[in-house]
Amino acid sequence: MKLRTLTLGLLSASALAFAAHAESITIATVNNGDMVRMQKLTDDFTSKNPDIQLQWVTLEENVLRERVTTDIATKGGQYDVMTIGTYEVPIWAKQSWLLPLDKLGDDYDAKDIIPAIAGGLSVDGKLYAAPFYGESSFVMYRKDLMEKAGLTMPDAPTWDFIKQAADKMTDRANGVNGVCLRGKAGWGENMAFLTAMSNSFGARWFDENWKPQFDQPEWKNTLQFYVDLMKADGPEGASSNGFNENLALFQQGKCGMWIDATVAASFVSDPKNSTVADKVGYALAPDNGLGKRGNWLWAWSLAIPAGTQKAEAAEKFVAWATSKHYAELVASKEGWANVPPGTRSSLYANPEYQKAAPFAKMTLDSINAADPTHPTVKPVPYVGVQFVAIPEFQGLGTTVGQLFSAALAGQSSVDDALKQAQDAATAAMTEGGYIQ
Amino acid sequence: MARAVTTQHKTFATAAAWIVALLIFFPILYTVITSFKSEQEAIQGFNLFPSGTMESYSEVQAQSGYFKFFLNSVLLSVGSTILALLVAIPAAWSMAFSPTKRTKDILMWMLSTKMMPAVAVLFPIYLIFRDTGLLDSRIGLMIMLMLINLPIVVWMLYTYFREIPGEILEAARMDGASLWNEIVYVLTPMAVPGIASTMLLNIILAWNEAFWTIRLTTTEAAPLTAFISSFSSPQGLFWAKLSAASTLAIAPILIMGWFSQKQLVRGLTFGAVK
Repeated sequence: MKLRTLTLGLLSASALAFAAHAESITIATVNNGDMVRMQKLTDDFTSKNPDIQLQWVTLEENVLRERVTTDIATKGGQYDVMTIGTYEVPIWAKQSWLLPLDKLGDDYDAKDIIPAIAGGLSVDGKLYAAPFYGESSFVMYRKDLMEKAGLTMPDAPTWDFIKQAADKMTDRANGVNGVCLRGKAGWGENMAFLTAMSNSFGARWFDENWKPQFDQPEWKNTLQFYVDLMKADGPEGASSNGFNENLALFQQGKCGMWIDATVAASFVSDPKNSTVADKVGYALAPDNGLGKRGNWLWAWSLAIPAGTQKAEAAEKFVAWATSKHYAELVASKEGWANVPPGTRSSLYANPEYQKAAPFAKMTLDSINAADPTHPTVKPVPYVGVQFVAIPEFQGLGTTVGQLFSAALAGQSSVDDALKQAQDAATAAMTEGGYIQ
Repeated sequence: MARAVTTQHKTFATAAAWIVALLIFFPILYTVITSFKSEQEAIQGFNLFPSGTMESYSEVQAQSGYFKFFLNSVLLSVGSTILALLVAIPAAWSMAFSPTKRTKDILMWMLSTKMMPAVAVLFPIYLIFRDTGLLDSRIGLMIMLMLINLPIVVWMLYTYFREIPGEILEAARMDGASLWNEIVYVLTPMAVPGIASTMLLNIILAWNEAFWTIRLTTTEAAPLTAFISSFSSPQGLFWAKLSAASTLAIAPILIMGWFSQKQLVRGLTFGAVK
């Protein structure tokens, strides 16, 4: 009895000593399907790294952005790994707030990361965040409705074709809207779409000297086309629709076309939730023949704040979560269709993935069609396709988004919205010291 | 005739009270209804009749450890309330029974701190918490919640204490009671209903506080507000899951409020009618 007690005591003491020795890293993240899946699969990581424990903090996107910004700016040290996007990476890397990810291991194969995504997450050739999943935007359309309209969607449509198709597909009596686009105000909502769209119309946020460009004809053409298209063929109350609202409309068969994130393809083609799963086709985002398409580039990525005391453990985790091995792990547990998309070239070369994800090629082509370092037809002093990578953009983008959303809702004219956007941008740029 | 008018008046007043109560309660009711819908149903628009699926509850349970967040909510709300009462009872006593010409100004100043937007002091508070090692600690958050609710607690207790005749305290003093004995054995027992309702209200306020509890915690001290926040998804439908998480988070405080409603109403209306 005594021996048994002693043995149990020693075992407990060893367990406690081990627990005390184990290093705990805190990971801040958003709630989306891929991230939730990763949390379920972390046993694979902890079994290989028994000395590292993982603590998760899942937050709403805007709260996450605010929290990690506060923490990193004050060197609070609350997080060892942060989930951030292509907007934050260039700004934070320039402030030396992030550690360069050059120690991810010999077998990490950083060259396998899709070049456009790697470019959006690098500064001066150094990778500062590892992509967990990447996306562009493209056209998702109903093949049956397109056929009924007597049209064939080209792989690379123009905006004029989209307008023509939307007019023909709209059937309000049966609840079908020709096109569903984002209208909800926000720099990451309607302005992500409109900024990317404006690139294909030859517009830009600022000229080379940071002078706002909303008073130029390219912006007028963009916004007028968008408002007219949505009034004629968009859903009712479109000014309140963001990604999730349009997703629900498309899944219910109420949209002929939807131009949005490539990641939506896995949702609209999922027969469990989509009534039109077997009728969806994909095409590149539209253009106007000016050399730029209206597609964006985004990657939710894992970065390590410079203030962390646990850089080595954090690097091990980032390397695991964004590795080829992780993609294979997801495929073995939940099928290839559930592997996080848009990060590694090898995934798109995999025949099993191509078979499981019919949108794979179009996703890769869309990602490759985006160039965050040269996003516009005319030269600009900033990087970012659907955003301008400066700290002021979050506030300014949302302000302009509200003005454009109001124009869509009919509360102001296109001209008034553009004039107010020009004033707001001029004030923000003057206050920020970009212009006098 | 007068009787008829009175009955009519009562009926009208009752109907009006029901309408107001339903309006106030409706968002909570709709949250509960939405929690029993599928994600597709939840986003389809206004619908009072859910399919009754429990899918969202099982997903919420599978994704997060509810109990840890719940325990933190209990510890933070009760702990901060005890701290607040320890500070506020002596403060309210001195203001009620030994007022100076500046007492009213102090009370007004305390209340004015509630008018300041919390985000205005986020950075200084964050830095203080960082430098004192209080980030993501229960004790730090208890202090924070105590501080933000203190003006209301002091004001409520001050109002109750003012209703207690000063002569009783004088009598206790004449019988040789020390200041401590006067507060503990004379004043506090007489003000129990007021203290209890203040305590209940403070627990509710602390339980529902979302700004600081989300921003000053990460994993160890995160309460149910952080639990709810984690179910909002940037890409993917989430309203039903968010509603299930909200229902689970508000259920304990709703049940507590239901059972203590008489005490709460009595406390809140104390001194309103003389």
